[in-house]
Amino acid sequence: MSSGTLVLVQTLNGLQFGMMLFLFAAGLTLVLGIMNLVNLAHGSLYMLGAFFAATIQHWTGSFLVALLLALPATFIAGVVIEFVVLRTLYVRDHLDQVLATFGLILFLNELVRVIWGATPLYMSIPSILGGSVALLPGVNYPIYRLSLILLGLVLALFLYLLVVKTKLGMLIRAGASNREMVEVLGIDIRLLFTAVFGLGAVLAALAGIMVGPILSVESGMGDGILILALVVIVIGGIGSIRGSFVAAIIVGLVDTMGRAFMPGLLVAIMPDVIAGAVGPALASMLTYVVMAVVLFFRPQGLFPARRG
Amino acid sequence: MGTSYTVTSGEGLVRTIFMLLLALVPFIANSVDEPFYIGFVARVMIFGIAAVGLNFILGFGGMASFGHAAFIGLGAYVVGLSIHHGQSNGFVHLATVVAVSGFAAFVIGAVCLRTSGLYFIMITLAFAQFLYFVGVGLKQYGGDDGLTFRGHSEFASWLDLGDAVTFYYVVWGVLAAVLFVVYRLVRSRFGMALSGIRSNERRIQALGLPTYRYRLAAFVVSGMICGISGALLANLTQLVSPAYMHWTRSGDLLVMVIMGGISSVFGPVLGATLLLLLEELLSAYSEHWQLLLGPILILVVLFAKQGLMSAFQIRGLRP
Repeated sequence: MSSGTLVLVQTLNGLQFGMMLFLFAAGLTLVLGIMNLVNLAHGSLYMLGAFFAATIQHWTGSFLVALLLALPATFIAGVVIEFVVLRTLYVRDHLDQVLATFGLILFLNELVRVIWGATPLYMSIPSILGGSVALLPGVNYPIYRLSLILLGLVLALFLYLLVVKTKLGMLIRAGASNREMVEVLGIDIRLLFTAVFGLGAVLAALAGIMVGPILSVESGMGDGILILALVVIVIGGIGSIRGSFVAAIIVGLVDTMGRAFMPGLLVAIMPDVIAGAVGPALASMLTYVVMAVVLFFRPQGLFPARRG
Repeated sequence: MGTSYTVTSGEGLVRTIFMLLLALVPFIANSVDEPFYIGFVARVMIFGIAAVGLNFILGFGGMASFGHAAFIGLGAYVVGLSIHHGQSNGFVHLATVVAVSGFAAFVIGAVCLRTSGLYFIMITLAFAQFLYFVGVGLKQYGGDDGLTFRGHSEFASWLDLGDAVTFYYVVWGVLAAVLFVVYRLVRSRFGMALSGIRSNERRIQALGLPTYRYRLAAFVVSGMICGISGALLANLTQLVSPAYMHWTRSGDLLVMVIMGGISSVFGPVLGATLLLLLEELLSAYSEHWQLLLGPILILVVLFAKQGLMSAFQIRGLRP
């Protein structure tokens, strides 16, 4: 494979990862923007979605059925979590929220291990989306990954329209910029929040289900993406869907391209032994370097939703 | 409004009794023939040191760092790699650990302290992840699995850190020294300024103090304390691994601080004791012990935010 096509393929991989990050981060940033709640257990919803879908696909053999049942199942799980634990945290400071939802992660990761065991589950790609397509003569790319990019774009458009064009979206934006004022104007902020939290849970579950066939479904799978999603919302600006979208693509591309090309690039400028050693490490660090640089120049992120 | 953190008699008493009890542990453990507990309590004290270091900026400076495990990892790696490469002089270790963790805290703090609140929590977390991945990427030192080594920091011929009881008392001494330093700092002019910044940064700025530099200095001290705790940890476990820097470790540190009580210098030592005891007891009881630990954490945050120390503090005396 020539370097040009490799760049193309890795760019698509980066976009695909960025789209999944966006689905995950969108809910996180909305909940944070509106209710000022940091929910680290968002990764657990992603994990639960994947486990529900893997189990249902195992029973029924159908990806579509798994998808259609796992989404409401995760929604219910999310609402239960919100009702039992998160609801008491709204009035607390961020540190309390971080610690309590940290406890929630420990609990849910272990619960999953108790129910499904420690060995990873695997999902299969739906048959319609199997196979690959020739992007250029001789360059094949899996259809499933392409469809993930498409799904991400469609949902980003949907969220954009929802936030910018609808009444609900107007309330979401108003809530993100000044929650008290929205409350004073007679809007039931609790109800608005439940809607937003449910939406976020479904999006996280969707991301978990869609990556199920590419990654393994296992306990703790939500932790890695959670940290990256936190990076995404910090870069994008807390509460901003648009910021999350841009930042998710940046992080997705930087992460994927870094892993793919960093070691190779380093070989060109330093001895093989050192490049082989620092290359992978540097690639994983690159995302955080980007974040540090962005925050250094714009401490509120690229698109701050909260002004003044 | 009180301006100083007067240490109540309650806290002083608890501190004295608890430190004395800790000093007796090797005798008790040996007399009941359970030397395992010497290592376990040494580990408790090592994390106690780190928790005291973290609480110096959290409780007294209002900076909630979610990345302090990184400094423990740095301290551990300095010791582990030095011994691996044949340098086992303890003084060299100590100087390098303080320099490396202090420098890292300076760089990380310089960026993180430009932000506040939630951004601060997240960016410290991200920096710790960054160092975690450096550890994972060090393939020649075991990468993911870490590096085991044989040997200890050597300070003097009569001080053998390989001996469990000697090591235990060294850790005890370091803990006592760190507590002493932090008590002095908290009650110094510097500590006053720091807690002033915590309650109203703009006001302290208006008084003409360079608040950013004060906070950064506190962050560096805190990072150094955690680095020293990491150096001790490497000496105890004979292993350095990226797992020391994992974000859940940073979370554990915060939990220790909260459990013990954020508003006292000594509280975090109690918190470290409680959390590690809970882990030890629950894991002996069931392999799925985190199923219990998770809800316990949530309940502590929701209902016992004052921490253990508050049970011993005399109401009304604290500012």
